[in-house]
Amino acid sequence: MLLSFERKYRVRGGTLIGGDLFDFWFGPFYVGFFGVVGTIFTLLGTMLIFYAASQGATWNPWLISIAPPDLSYGLALAPLKEGGFWQVITVCAIISFVCWAMREVEICRKLGMGYHVPVAFGVAIFAYVTLVVIRPLMLGAWGHGFPYGIFSHLDWVSNVGYQYLHFHYNPAHMLAVSFFFTTTLALALHGALVLSAVNPAKGEEVKSPEHEDTFFRDLIGYSVGTLGIHRVGLLLALNAGFWSAICIVISGPFWTRGWPEWWTWWLNLPIWS
Amino acid sequence: MHKALALTGVAAAALALVACEPGPKTLEQSGYRGTGMAQVNLDSAAIVAEVPAPPYDLPPPGEVTAGEAYENVQVLSNISREEFDYFMAAITEWVSPEEGCNYCHNPANMASDEVYTKAVARSMIQMNQKVNISWDSHVKDTGVTCWTCHRGNPVPENYYTLAGAPSGNPIERKVNGQNMPVPASAFSSLPYESFGSYFGSDLGEPMSVRVSGVSMHPQEDHEVTTMEAEQTYGLMMHFSESLGVNCVHCHNSQNFADWSISGPARVQAWHGVQMVRDVNDGYISPLAGIFPENRLGAEGDPFKVQCGTCHQGQNKPMGGVSMVADYPALLREPLDFTAPILDEADDEDAAAVEIAAAS
Repeated sequence: MLLSFERKYRVRGGTLIGGDLFDFWFGPFYVGFFGVVGTIFTLLGTMLIFYAASQGATWNPWLISIAPPDLSYGLALAPLKEGGFWQVITVCAIISFVCWAMREVEICRKLGMGYHVPVAFGVAIFAYVTLVVIRPLMLGAWGHGFPYGIFSHLDWVSNVGYQYLHFHYNPAHMLAVSFFFTTTLALALHGALVLSAVNPAKGEEVKSPEHEDTFFRDLIGYSVGTLGIHRVGLLLALNAGFWSAICIVISGPFWTRGWPEWWTWWLNLPIWS
Repeated sequence: MHKALALTGVAAAALALVACEPGPKTLEQSGYRGTGMAQVNLDSAAIVAEVPAPPYDLPPPGEVTAGEAYENVQVLSNISREEFDYFMAAITEWVSPEEGCNYCHNPANMASDEVYTKAVARSMIQMNQKVNISWDSHVKDTGVTCWTCHRGNPVPENYYTLAGAPSGNPIERKVNGQNMPVPASAFSSLPYESFGSYFGSDLGEPMSVRVSGVSMHPQEDHEVTTMEAEQTYGLMMHFSESLGVNCVHCHNSQNFADWSISGPARVQAWHGVQMVRDVNDGYISPLAGIFPENRLGAEGDPFKVQCGTCHQGQNKPMGGVSMVADYPALLREPLDFTAPILDEADDEDAAAVEIAAAS
C-alpha cells in the first residue's frame, strides 16, 4: 500500500554506496546500503546489551549497567565481562548512529534537499563519540567512557563532575547549559505561539503568520519570522550539544584541577595583578 | 570587518589555550569501573618532597640518659644522651636550619627556658609522640616528625587562625568569609574561614562535618542551615586542595554521606579530623599565652593545624616516605609533663634577660 503522495518521494538514485543494489523500500522505510549495515549493527549491539545484562547482577531496568573496563586496561581490549562488552557495544552503537546519518544523507540527495538534518544529527553523534572515544583516547584509557545503564550513567556524570570539584565553573559547561535552557525557552515560546494561532477562540478564524509576527513585535519589538525561528532553534540546539562535548573533553585532557581554579587566569591578568 | 573577526578569533583561541594545561596524565581509579571515580593528574604536577637524611648514624645508647646528662631536660629526659644529641641536630635541620640552635636556646645557657620557642618545641615533641602512638588510625605506620609540617621553616607554611568577628557596620561590605577566590576554598565562592568551627574547640564544641540527614523526611533533631552546609562544602574544598585530590578520592557522589559506598580514604580522613582537633586543643591552643604577638592571629590565637599543614598538596605527605623509624624518641610514650605555661622560674629567667639587656 502506498499513500497517494508517497510516490512523489520515492525517487531513484542519490545513493553513496551500493548503487542500485540496496535502493529499495521496506514498507514505508527506505533501506539503502546504510540501512542494511545499520540494521545489522543495531541488532548486534542490542543483543549484546541484553546478553551483557544477563551476565550482570540484576534485571531491574533502572540498575542494569554495562560498564567500561578498569582504567588499568588503558587503550587495550578488555575481557568481555570486564568491559569488553562495553567496547564492542560502543563500536556497534557508533556504526549504527553513523549509518543512520548517512542514510539521511542519501534521502537528502534523493529529495534534492540541503544536508541540514544529517548535519544536525551529526552534532549529536559527535557529542557521543567525544564522551566514549575522543576523551578516553586523549586520557589514555577506555575506562573514562560512561557506563550503559540508566542510573549508572547518572552516577558517572555526577562523579566526573566532582573530579573537577565544582563543574558549574567549567566555562564550556556554562555555555552548554545556557544553550540548553535557551533552546527549551525558544521551543516553549514557538510552540505556544503556533498553538495559540491555530486554536483560536470560538467563532474566530485561524491566525496567519502575520498575526504571529505582530504579536511578537508588540511583545518584544521583534519577530524572527516563521523560517527564522527554525534557524534560531537549530542554532541553539546544535550549540547546546556542541558545547556539552567541549565541556567534557576539556575536563581532564586540558584541565585536571578544580574548575573554580581555572578562573584564576582572570585574576592574574596583567592589567590588575 | 573580516580581518577584525579573524583577529578576534585568533586572540580568543590563544587566550583559551593559555589557560589550558595539556600534557601526559597519571590516572588512578578509586571506585568500581565506570563509576567515574578517578584521579586525573598531570605528570608534571607531581610534587617531589625532599626528605632530609638523618644528621649522622644514630649512635648506640650509652649509660647516661639525657635527663641525667643535661640540666632542665623535660620531655626527652628518658632517652640516651647520644640519641638526644642526635635528635637535637635533626630538629635544628628540620625547623631552624638557618637560625640554628639559637632559635630555641640561649647559647650562653642551653638549659635556660627564656626563649619561648623552646617551650613550644617541648609541646610539639609531645604532640609528635602522641600522634605516632595514638593516631595510627590516621598516620598509620608512616608516622610524623617535625619535618612533616615544618619542612625547614620555623613556622610551617600552612596553618589557620580564627576569623575575626564580622563587622557590625551595616554599610561596610560584608565578605563574611566567602566569595573570595582563595586556595582555602579551592577558589570557589564557598566559605573559607570556618576551619575554627571544625578543627578545635576554640569556638565551643567542634561542629559536625556531616550535614546530610539520615532519612528523606525532616528530622527534628537534625536541623542544618544552608550556611552550615556551605561551610561543610567549603571545608571539603580545603581537604581537596590540601591533598591534591578531587571529591571522589573519598566519596561516591551518588550519596556523599553513605559510608558503604565511600572509599577507604574517607575513614582515614575522618580520623584525621579527630586527630587535628586533638592536636589543636591539646598542644597548640594552650600555647596562646607564650607566643609573641607576631605568632598570633587576629583573635589572639596561635597558628593552628589544618590538613595542608602536613599534606602540603599531597595525598600522602612527602609522597608517603616514613622518617620516624630513624628517630625512635618520637615513638615513645609522652612523659608526664604539664602544658608549658610560663612558671615562676621562667619569669625569673625572663626578668634576668631584661636586666641584662638594660645594663
